[in-house]
Amino acid sequence: MAVLTSPRRTNPRFGPQAGLVAATRGVAFAALMAAGMGLLTLIVAAVLLIALGAGILFVGSGGPHEERVLLAFLAIGTGLSLIRFALPATLLGTRRLARLTRQLTGDWCGVPIAEWYAPPPAGKLTYTERLRWLATDPATRRDLRWTAANLLACALAAAPAAIIATGLIEFIGPEFTRLIPPPAFPGNTPRTLVVLGLAITSVGVLAAPALLRAYGLVARSILAPGGEAELELRVQQLTETRTEALDTGAAEIRRIERDLHDGAQARLVAMGMTLDAAGQIIDSNPDAARALVLEARDASVKALAELRALVRGIHPPVLADRGLADAIRALALDASARISLASDLNGRPPAPVESAAYFAVCELLANVSKHAEARQTWVDIRHTDGMLRVGVTDNGHGGAEPARGTGLRGIERRLAAFDGVLAISSPPGGPTAVTMEIPCALSSPKTSSC
Amino acid sequence: MRVVIAEDLFLLRDGLTRMLQAHGLQIAAAVDNGADLLAAVTADQPDVAIVDVRLPPTFTDEGIRAALAARREVPGLPVLVLSQYVEQLYARELLASGSGGIGYLLKDRVFDSGQFVDAVRRVAAGGTAMDPEVIARLLARNTGDGTLAALSPREREVLALMAEGRSNAAIAQRLVITERAVAKHTASIFLKLDLQPSDDDNRRVLAVLAYLGG
Repeated sequence: MAVLTSPRRTNPRFGPQAGLVAATRGVAFAALMAAGMGLLTLIVAAVLLIALGAGILFVGSGGPHEERVLLAFLAIGTGLSLIRFALPATLLGTRRLARLTRQLTGDWCGVPIAEWYAPPPAGKLTYTERLRWLATDPATRRDLRWTAANLLACALAAAPAAIIATGLIEFIGPEFTRLIPPPAFPGNTPRTLVVLGLAITSVGVLAAPALLRAYGLVARSILAPGGEAELELRVQQLTETRTEALDTGAAEIRRIERDLHDGAQARLVAMGMTLDAAGQIIDSNPDAARALVLEARDASVKALAELRALVRGIHPPVLADRGLADAIRALALDASARISLASDLNGRPPAPVESAAYFAVCELLANVSKHAEARQTWVDIRHTDGMLRVGVTDNGHGGAEPARGTGLRGIERRLAAFDGVLAISSPPGGPTAVTMEIPCALSSPKTSSC
Repeated sequence: MRVVIAEDLFLLRDGLTRMLQAHGLQIAAAVDNGADLLAAVTADQPDVAIVDVRLPPTFTDEGIRAALAARREVPGLPVLVLSQYVEQLYARELLASGSGGIGYLLKDRVFDSGQFVDAVRRVAAGGTAMDPEVIARLLARNTGDGTLAALSPREREVLALMAEGRSNAAIAQRLVITERAVAKHTASIFLKLDLQPSDDDNRRVLAVLAYLGG
């Protein structure tokens, strides 16, 4: 997903409560680290298995030769199939963990980290294509580096919880239960132990926010995008989408020009000629002149109808007046299919995004009515985490393939100009769910609704 | 009959004024924005207001909002909204703003001044004037899902004209049939669509529109 986001910033405050919260969050980060380690372990286990197999095969001794070979191939085979399964799973898993970490450091440590991943190639990916996409993305290497480095960095995040636990359990604990032996050092009276325990616990609580922030900073130093390879990729992607956007724009303008030339313009010329003819015969043959005038009037009605259709294709009036939700509501009112709309927009996206989303929905609804044989379609519009998300779901027979039709590809290309993406789930038998995501901010909440 | 016009383009405002005057209507005020419209309808108490959808300052749906506001200010004020395009969404909002005295027409309809003035008078009298394009799309939508399958082609024609807000007499004249034939068709339509028949023209229109609008 090619997305640059900068999560909102919430700075931790000081105080006992903030300290406890920070310590708890540190533990959560440690849990993420452990999950990452678990993923890496999969790969390590696979490599070890292969090494073991090789070892048995080449340097091993003892036992009949056939058994050794069988055992070796069993180990190598298991290792290889584990790698085949574990490689993409690990890469995607570490990516998911890294993205979660980026989000959480922004929300919890006050250290927002931008992210950038190379967009997946269009269409359905084979195993190798998928692996190549993941492996060539510099972000993947960065995420792996982070998963390894996190083992050490995590000490920062987990330290406060460890210190607090030591203070409470080792020093204050013996006061309450005999199960915990008091630490052995000279002068360890129960009273000094409690005082020391409280002191240690407070140190942990007070230091927690600062340590959590330090952890966030370390995470940023590794997880933030940067470096030439990435910039190059981004530039390449921007160049491609810009060229496509310009091409689409130019083609649109040519189409509009042709429509005006063949439609409204031609009708106006004909009207002028008809009116001129009427003027020539108005004295000699008033009845024929009247007929010509009426003909000119009808031509003007047709010219207006054509202009209206053209305007709808460029920028639908309801979209301009009321925004995305009402424009789609108007679309649903005109459609003979059952379309229900759920919208949760508290403001309006920028006009180009709004327009792109609207026409994408138009095309998707047209697809549904052409191919899906659906009884019901649901359109869902919401804006969360700096993303406009539009979902179009139908209960038709499914089996929509982006590779088969150019329609879905076209939408994908147009959304790419806004760093937007499109995801399709359409198993044979249905239902079909298309989701679009476009990063954008909303302008101020709408001031009127009636 | 006294009319207030709100239209921001001078040429159209002037043209409308002259056309309505030529048909014997009196222009109480001709303004070019929503605020002046509100002032005019309260000050002049016209029989009907004719409002363009696009008005300054935003040139979006100001006219619709001004019309709705005017009807809140002067309850029951008949309003005829004119637009370069028609939307069912706006038609619904206007129809929901009170029972009757509502018109929503394409601007092109002024080309046929006789029909247009007829619509103005109908709205002023508390009736309804919906643009044929709105009705055509409503019918297309209802035909698509089979709701109107029981109606004969002639009954559909009558239904469309009825939904526009026309009286039996006007429908008869339009279809070149007798008024009694129209009455027979409407009775049959109401029976087939399971609607409560009504002698009141406007109630009948609203029932049909509500039925088609779902």
